[in-house]
Amino acid sequence: MNMQAKVDTGGIVRGGETLKQHRDRLMEATKRTKHYAGLDRLELRDSDPIKYNKLFSRLRAGVVDARETAKKIAASPIVEQEGELCFTLYNAAGDSILTSTGIIIHVGTMGAAIKYMIENGWEHNPGIRDKDIFCNNDSLIGNVHPCDIHTIVPIFHEGELIGWVGGVTHVIDTGSVGPGSMSTGQVQRFGDGYSITCRKIGENDTLFRDWLHESQRMVRTTRYWMLDERTRVAGCHMIRDLVQEVIADEGIEAYWKFAYESVEHGRIGLQARIKAMTVPGKYRQVGFVDVPYAHDDVRVPSDFAKVDTIMHTPSEITIRGDGTWRLDFEGSSRWGWHTYNAHQVSFTSGIWVMMTQSLIPTEMINDGAAYGTEFRLPKGTWMNPDDRRVAFSYSWHFLVSSWTALWRGLSRAYFGRGYLEEVNAGNANTSNWLQGGGFNQYDEIHAVNSFECAANGVGASAHADGISHAAAVWNPEGDMGDMEIWELAEPLVYLGRQIKASSGGAGKYRGGCGFESLRMVWNAKDWTMFFMGNGHISSDWGLMGGYPAASGYRFEAHDTRLKEIIAQGGEIPHGGDTDPENPTWEAMLPDARIKRDKQAITTEAMFKDYDLYLNYMRGGPGFGDPLDREPQKVADDVNGGYLLPRFADSVYAVILSDAGDGMKGVDLAATEARRRAIRKQRLAESVPTQEWMAAERQRILAKDAGVHVQQMFAASFKLGPRFERQFRDFWNLPADWKLMEADLPIPSYGREYSMDISELPDVHTVQFVEE
Amino acid sequence: MAYTKAKIKDLVDGKIDRDTLHSMLSTPKDRERFQIYLEILQEQVDWDDPIILPLGPKLYIVQRQSDRKWMIRSQAGYDFCEWNQNWKLHARIRVRQTAAQMEELYPRLMAPSPEWQVVREYFCPLSGDLLDVEAPTPWYPVIHDFEPDIDTFYRDWLDLPVPERA
Repeated sequence: MNMQAKVDTGGIVRGGETLKQHRDRLMEATKRTKHYAGLDRLELRDSDPIKYNKLFSRLRAGVVDARETAKKIAASPIVEQEGELCFTLYNAAGDSILTSTGIIIHVGTMGAAIKYMIENGWEHNPGIRDKDIFCNNDSLIGNVHPCDIHTIVPIFHEGELIGWVGGVTHVIDTGSVGPGSMSTGQVQRFGDGYSITCRKIGENDTLFRDWLHESQRMVRTTRYWMLDERTRVAGCHMIRDLVQEVIADEGIEAYWKFAYESVEHGRIGLQARIKAMTVPGKYRQVGFVDVPYAHDDVRVPSDFAKVDTIMHTPSEITIRGDGTWRLDFEGSSRWGWHTYNAHQVSFTSGIWVMMTQSLIPTEMINDGAAYGTEFRLPKGTWMNPDDRRVAFSYSWHFLVSSWTALWRGLSRAYFGRGYLEEVNAGNANTSNWLQGGGFNQYDEIHAVNSFECAANGVGASAHADGISHAAAVWNPEGDMGDMEIWELAEPLVYLGRQIKASSGGAGKYRGGCGFESLRMVWNAKDWTMFFMGNGHISSDWGLMGGYPAASGYRFEAHDTRLKEIIAQGGEIPHGGDTDPENPTWEAMLPDARIKRDKQAITTEAMFKDYDLYLNYMRGGPGFGDPLDREPQKVADDVNGGYLLPRFADSVYAVILSDAGDGMKGVDLAATEARRRAIRKQRLAESVPTQEWMAAERQRILAKDAGVHVQQMFAASFKLGPRFERQFRDFWNLPADWKLMEADLPIPSYGREYSMDISELPDVHTVQFVEE
Repeated sequence: MAYTKAKIKDLVDGKIDRDTLHSMLSTPKDRERFQIYLEILQEQVDWDDPIILPLGPKLYIVQRQSDRKWMIRSQAGYDFCEWNQNWKLHARIRVRQTAAQMEELYPRLMAPSPEWQVVREYFCPLSGDLLDVEAPTPWYPVIHDFEPDIDTFYRDWLDLPVPERA
């Protein structure tokens, strides 16, 4: 198919099409031929593969270079230390050609913004011209959450549009109800902070003055905001210059063909990798996370949001014989009155971040993979909401917890084929998020959003332990950041940073452990902080006999009198909260007001100097039966601070011995005996599954479960009739057994009434998935 | 890239060297891995029925020589069910649903809250090996997690004869 239209219709796209005509033509051809843009052969790649690869290598290197260079402009440690930015090159239709490293979920989200502009006539109003600058962070049209700010710049050649470049950074604050970029206090979009819908914010490569004045006062952290914007603009302009240089060297025809063939190449590549690495069939799994909002320390404006709920996402992966695949999320929970909702694009695009870490570990990450995948996300679910009021600010709360289940499915395939090096039991729930704000140590209005949890524990593989305090699923190159830099950015002194013992899931190979930082408020004024993470539920499961990672909790201490204790030379908390079952800090803080509990989500609480906050980063899940773990590794874990000693016996049946110098070794004979005994105990304490099912069925018939559990099932039944049918069949429930949200003693606003963004006048949303 | 049987055995045994591991991760997959892998696993089990597809470190789909049925079998030799059924329904189960049971696995406060999430352990009835762990809410159906299309896998993807199935 000729990418360039022959008829000049007065549009801005190369060849004369309008953007809308161009995209419509490509999408029609894609649908008709099953090849992206109808490209049933890759003319440039096949006729001149060296040039094709040269184009790819030069553009890819340039995009990565732009990211590495531009991030040095940012002052925010989130960008400069953690690398929370990404640049992506798009063709004229808004499909990504290639992307940099970093938060590559935005391959899809910035493309969705470009497509929204295309579908809603931006070409005519406000107009799209060379050297324009657009800004977007609207989660209703595809962004992950409002703190990911997109800068989008069109690329022109000889007066015609030939593509786009987008840059994204995660900013520290968006002016939401609470400080910090992923706040919890709001329950609707209107509290999520500054929201910008593909707005033209500059022309002639210059930002508009009204934009600069307005945007900087819409957020708390003005300086970071403005420097982040310069980071994005600089990166986009570097890439625009690069494209122009490449065209000057290789010719516009070659570039133009590359811009479309690379997407089809990406689609074919995914199919080939699926056939090379997996086993055809069906894979089923499920993810959960807790939303414990009935607690007093969750202060939200609306009574109808003050309920405990569970977010639920079952998934079925179907891998077909031709290497195509379908991911169906029937049965998922409805969107809710919290900030953990997600757009279909962020849900699907984020899955590519995962896949780049196993299935498609190539540099050619582009929209081809999306065109090679069928997604089904029922409308009205938390990841495809049908109401324009929903809030998104911490969509990751369930994104990471629902995706971790997909690792298990794929890993069954990898394990089956013997590609044990690819097996991953799952990803950690990437929390806690330390957030808050007030006046900082520089006497400025400030917000904090610690990104230490870019270094959680990794899930175990089938041949080795997961890496500890190492990574986050949303950024393959995450980093915990230097303490000294965080202390510059936050009025919080480190009293400790250590491995979080027993946080990784047990197994033959254990999950990587997370870590914990003890922070003391110092030089802050009118200060608040809150917690954001999983608490009652561990969001991963473990694989093939491995256990889930530990779940979360909170520790905060107020009125500590640490000033006097320090002056008197007394003992103070430091290091970590090594064994929360046997805490030691309380005795050092006899008069303090301490909160130590499972309430791992809170809203803004007041903190003052010398108050304490424990930031606990979660571990990853384990793989295989813990009784098959090499005993010496258990001793090593105890010696290294990865495992509390009592779990050597209760989990691994390893009897430790004294190895001198305070270290532990293994009593092998006693361990072997203990393992034999534990296996017998397992059989003695277990029952045939069918027997247990009969008892569990009676509990279901009697509605014997917490209201939050019942609400989860009732909401999933309503949106997922197939899920309900399967549930009823599995438990053999009588027809008169009903579970309706309306019958539960908690409010369920949003259950019957909703209004989608597409119902607004003159709004054309882009549908990317089957609903 | 191809690897020797010894290297693949190292991988299975959790002793693979870093350089080879890096090659395995960063270069195109070795299509012949599957057959070598099956050979290694076959040598490690105490029964002769051929392994058709491994499902876990101690769980397999095998072709039972006596009747040519494809069965899901544990390392210890327990036949749970036919290959396309949910083996967990034929296992033994222990459900951790109290704080005390959870705190055998996790320190207090780091354990899931049992009224939100339980831990279901599935054991081999012969050996007590832990073959799978589920951690759902109460009431959750037992998940049938994998239904492989073995015919297509052998015939179309690997060009291998599909083992006879009664």
